Amino acid sequence: MLPVALVLPQLLLTFFFFLWPAGQAVWASFTRQDPFGIRTQFVGFENFTDLFEDPLYVESMGRTVVFSGSVTVVAMLVALCLALFADREIRGRNIYRTLLIWPYAVAPAISAVLWILLLHPQIGAFSHVLRMLGIGWDYKINSTQAMLVVVLASAWKQVSYNFIFFLAGLQSIPRSVIEAARMDGARGWRRLRTITLPLLAPTTFFLLIVNFVYSAFDTFGTIQALTQGGPGKATETLMVKVYRDGVVNLNLGSSSAQSVVLMVAIIALTVVQSRFLNRKNAE
Amino acid sequence: MNGRTDWAAHIVLGLGVLLFVLPVWLVFAASTQDAGAIGRGELSLIPDLTNFSAYVTVLRDGAPGVAPVGRMLLVSAAMAIGIAFGKIIISVLSAYAVTFFRFPFRMLCFWTIFITLMLPVEVRIIPTYAVMADFGLINTYAGLTVPLIASATATLLFRQVFLAVPDELVEAARMDGAGPLRFLRDILLPVSGANIAALFVILFVYGWNQYLWPLLVATDQRLDTMVIGIVKMVGADTATQWNQVMATAVLALLPPVTIVLLMQRWFVKGLTEGDK
Repeated sequence: MLPVALVLPQLLLTFFFFLWPAGQAVWASFTRQDPFGIRTQFVGFENFTDLFEDPLYVESMGRTVVFSGSVTVVAMLVALCLALFADREIRGRNIYRTLLIWPYAVAPAISAVLWILLLHPQIGAFSHVLRMLGIGWDYKINSTQAMLVVVLASAWKQVSYNFIFFLAGLQSIPRSVIEAARMDGARGWRRLRTITLPLLAPTTFFLLIVNFVYSAFDTFGTIQALTQGGPGKATETLMVKVYRDGVVNLNLGSSSAQSVVLMVAIIALTVVQSRFLNRKNAE
Repeated sequence: MNGRTDWAAHIVLGLGVLLFVLPVWLVFAASTQDAGAIGRGELSLIPDLTNFSAYVTVLRDGAPGVAPVGRMLLVSAAMAIGIAFGKIIISVLSAYAVTFFRFPFRMLCFWTIFITLMLPVEVRIIPTYAVMADFGLINTYAGLTVPLIASATATLLFRQVFLAVPDELVEAARMDGAGPLRFLRDILLPVSGANIAALFVILFVYGWNQYLWPLLVATDQRLDTMVIGIVKMVGADTATQWNQVMATAVLALLPPVTIVLLMQRWFVKGLTEGDK
């Protein structure tokens, strides 16, 4: 009985706070309540068909893909560049590493505050510079600028995480491989393209998925602090929308259907990732 | 390597450091300046080291609509520490069970735990709220922490560590007549020390930085965390006391950043080995 007692706390928490609510979400996504919340009716896939016929939802999907894609690309490219240089044997590299990893600890919502101070239309340190350059800078009313700001703030926070993983990936490449390439006369860019990047591929793939999930879900706080999804719906990602529809507007059927769509997406990503990692471990 | 300075590396890494340090420096500078001046866009890069009045104000009184920051710091700390220790304890126990024992439905237990990876709070907002209400956990400290304690990641990590314990050690412990709980305490916990330290950092940061969860289950101002408080302060867009917002931001950053810096070595190793 001892082993059962040992797993029991974990199982109970999992059941009550994960499986049960997830099951409820799935069930609620197939039902609809009348406006007074008295009667609940089973409606099959109607919530889902409504959702995918709703142009606002489809737009929000597209917006989420653009937003998450941009955050992922920016955060990974900057991190890769920094990691490549931090892997070189230069003086003070441990200090550089320390100074590059601490933003891991910054909450997404707090990184929004940092960017407010840089780019807020009234108080932002850079806003004046932009205005002097003749750019009408105000992300509170300009949709494109709003998207740019949430992408920058979200990517900024994620660079350290990617940096840590890229650097670990680079350090696990055997020096002999690099040396051999050097002997063969492969230098600079060519060595990077033919040796380093292919050997980093597992790390890159892992980070792609982690970054995409981060930008789709964990940036909710960043967006709430910066734009609350606005102006209009310019920065309303799926996560912001499910919160607005469910918690603010209490539209249970639709928000449950939206939750289930997100659930399917995250299950798909997790399966792809663990398949890939299993294959890697088997090698 | 060859004695010459690698200028390209220093320039790129220097820019990277600047990209991270500059915004935080500005926040610190702003926290020591006059709210009116910041509001007019007259932010100075040089902090006024004689003026920490914004810190005193927010720590003691808070800003309109939020709890005093002194209180929010306590709530955040309690939440982060509760989640970190809670997760470590229940994960060690369940990993120990599924790794070293054979019992009915062992694999079912394992997969049930694994599935939690795929069900973050974000995809089950509304029904989770209903469950919390049924348990009477809304606006309680237990509500802030307990539901976040179940975690597949930590369990999987400990399982990996335990699987790497050599069979001879297990055998030797058995010969010595060590019972299962003594084996856990005297052998397994010591060998996982570095992993526990690393996990503590990762989970503390995770707990401290939660936003959506406290937003859902704690509407009572007395349970405001630092992150919740900041977003509330920023959201009150009219007449925002920017120096107070920035002072609060500095106080919200310090604890998790300090822990990451102090425990950097374990943390980096644990993160890159554990997450994969």
